[in-house]
Amino acid sequence: MKPFTTHTGIVATLNRANVDTDAIIPKQFLKSIKRTGYGPNAFFDWRYTLDGNPNPDFELNQQRFKDRSILVARNNFGCGSSREHAVWALVQDGYQVIIAPGKDMGEKSLPAFADIFRINAAKNGLLVVELSEDQVDEIFGFVERHSGLKATIDLVQQQIVLQVDPPQVFEFEVEPAIKEQLLKGLDDIAQTLRYETDIARFEENHDPLGP
Amino acid sequence: MGKTLFEKIWNKHRIKDLPDGSTLLYIDRHLVHEVTSPQAFEGIRLAGYTVRSPHLAVATMDHNVPTTEDRFSIEDPVSRSQVEALRKNCADFGIKLFDIGDDHQGIVHVIGPETGITLPGLTIVCGDSHTSTHGAFGALAFGIGTSEVEHVLVTQTLVQRKPSTIKVEFNGRLGPHIFSKDMVLKMIGIIGTAGGSGSVLEYCGEAVSALSMEARMTMCNMSIEGGARAGMIAPDDTTFSYISSRKRPYAPKGEALDRALAYWRTLPSDADAVFDRSITIDAARIAPQITWGTNPGMVIDIDQPIPEPGFAENYSRSDVENALAYMGLKPGTKMTDVPVDVVFIGSCTNSRIEDLRQAAAILKGRKKAEHVQLLVVPGSHQVRLQAEAEGLDKIFMAAGAQWRYAGCSMCLAMNPDQLQPQQRAASTSNRNFEGRQGKDGRTHLVSPEMAAAAAVNGKFVDIRQWKETS
Repeated sequence: MKPFTTHTGIVATLNRANVDTDAIIPKQFLKSIKRTGYGPNAFFDWRYTLDGNPNPDFELNQQRFKDRSILVARNNFGCGSSREHAVWALVQDGYQVIIAPGKDMGEKSLPAFADIFRINAAKNGLLVVELSEDQVDEIFGFVERHSGLKATIDLVQQQIVLQVDPPQVFEFEVEPAIKEQLLKGLDDIAQTLRYETDIARFEENHDPLGP
Repeated sequence: MGKTLFEKIWNKHRIKDLPDGSTLLYIDRHLVHEVTSPQAFEGIRLAGYTVRSPHLAVATMDHNVPTTEDRFSIEDPVSRSQVEALRKNCADFGIKLFDIGDDHQGIVHVIGPETGITLPGLTIVCGDSHTSTHGAFGALAFGIGTSEVEHVLVTQTLVQRKPSTIKVEFNGRLGPHIFSKDMVLKMIGIIGTAGGSGSVLEYCGEAVSALSMEARMTMCNMSIEGGARAGMIAPDDTTFSYISSRKRPYAPKGEALDRALAYWRTLPSDADAVFDRSITIDAARIAPQITWGTNPGMVIDIDQPIPEPGFAENYSRSDVENALAYMGLKPGTKMTDVPVDVVFIGSCTNSRIEDLRQAAAILKGRKKAEHVQLLVVPGSHQVRLQAEAEGLDKIFMAAGAQWRYAGCSMCLAMNPDQLQPQQRAASTSNRNFEGRQGKDGRTHLVSPEMAAAAAVNGKFVDIRQWKETS
């Protein structure tokens, strides 16, 4: 996997909550036995009309988002099916960073990304960034006002810098394990195989049907 | 301090806590299907890895398989190549496969429990989000992506961040014609589709203890629709009698079973166990549930009107407007006034024998409305045989239903069973996402009784009233 340290690119917005993985890559594209070729079919049902042409009403089809590589969406992005094809489709369609808001529910807050999607993203070098609802609203506003708005995402510093005057800086949190994996582009199977002795010892003593 | 069911299983399978705060977790059982595995096997070949414990994996094909008589010849060449890839991968790596035509072929989440592969206290994974189903046995079971499928095949482990725990207690008893499908939809309506994110749910309380294993599986199955990694129910005598009562080739027997039983009885959460959060729901007040929108949290009691934009709990004005535009519905409408075109009874949520019995009880001696297409798809070949032994197939066919072979079918419409654009379905499945059952198809999630009654009436009904008037 290619390491991820910083990325600069055009920011696009998708103003929808609960974007599920069926919407990101519909089932007819899951029949492939390959890991590639999903990019043009990302958001297929929204992106194309029934006759196969780009749907002019779909937010991400706007000309100003043509060369985007950073996506800002709403809460609970990537919910539903565990299909890793959703992450493959986004990456192969040119997205390198997805930003979404956690949702403040009073005593608790709901995460921006669904669990399995978040894990799948890390395995494929796709950085997912959770910000607050207010921060994401602000970014939506900047994208609206500045056509072709670019941002730099710095994983080392855990910062997003919107390239406006003056530059707007948003700091973000990231799980240490995922940060390390992305920064080094680590192959997680090779990482786990370092613990082969521990796994073998565990297996010797493990009785799945007993205490 | 006492431990929860989840903590007991987590601790038992913890190989090592890693420096970055995650845990290396041992996986007891790996279920494999044709859609999410080919790229994992390809990765193994490319890297020169081996499958560490092929005897701990079991595979079947369910998503792509046609459910018609001619199911052995898959017309779609891409679907066929995926099914053939699974055959080859299982043969090459020594993994047991329940192929099309095998007595145990079926939806992976139906055959696991049925064959005794699914047992209490185990860690179970599958490249499929509805793996949460197996938590009904007091196992820790969760869905994974294809990279993790490869990771499990090679290492028999996963690196996981420890989830938090939520206790979901259903007090009181369910009313007549209310099922675990209604319980779990009600819960998702309350917590929202992200409410369980990062968490494992443990369902408990009087109404949960009273449920059969089939009903518990329906409930745990839809935990993922509330965003949770897994749902669990403490194993009890209902669980134990399910495991030991029928011929389940993979379940322990004799002395091994006695030993296992002694261990399984130690698994339920201790009385003083502490959960990170708790939710209490009054089971006696749950009405039949029906979804009106484009995710499972957009759900109402059957006798409530569709909400106005801006007045739906957990959803913004535009969420509701988008959903209703897609569904072709107006706020204020009663779902009992809405006609259906297709009724689908099946899926890993509601395709077990008990679900089919419930649907058959409604359909017995009745006919589906003329304009309705009614599809009954058993979850496994075993379920199909059992239903035929009980004569349920005859009831379905006399009612005008198509009686099919086992598979995922119209739940996700990867095989030829699909909704046409704008067709409206009453479905016993788990997801009403846009396009899920076919492009521009409109899905309403309900219990098997509600689905069967909608087929008869040609529109949605309040099953509680329908019983009285028919």
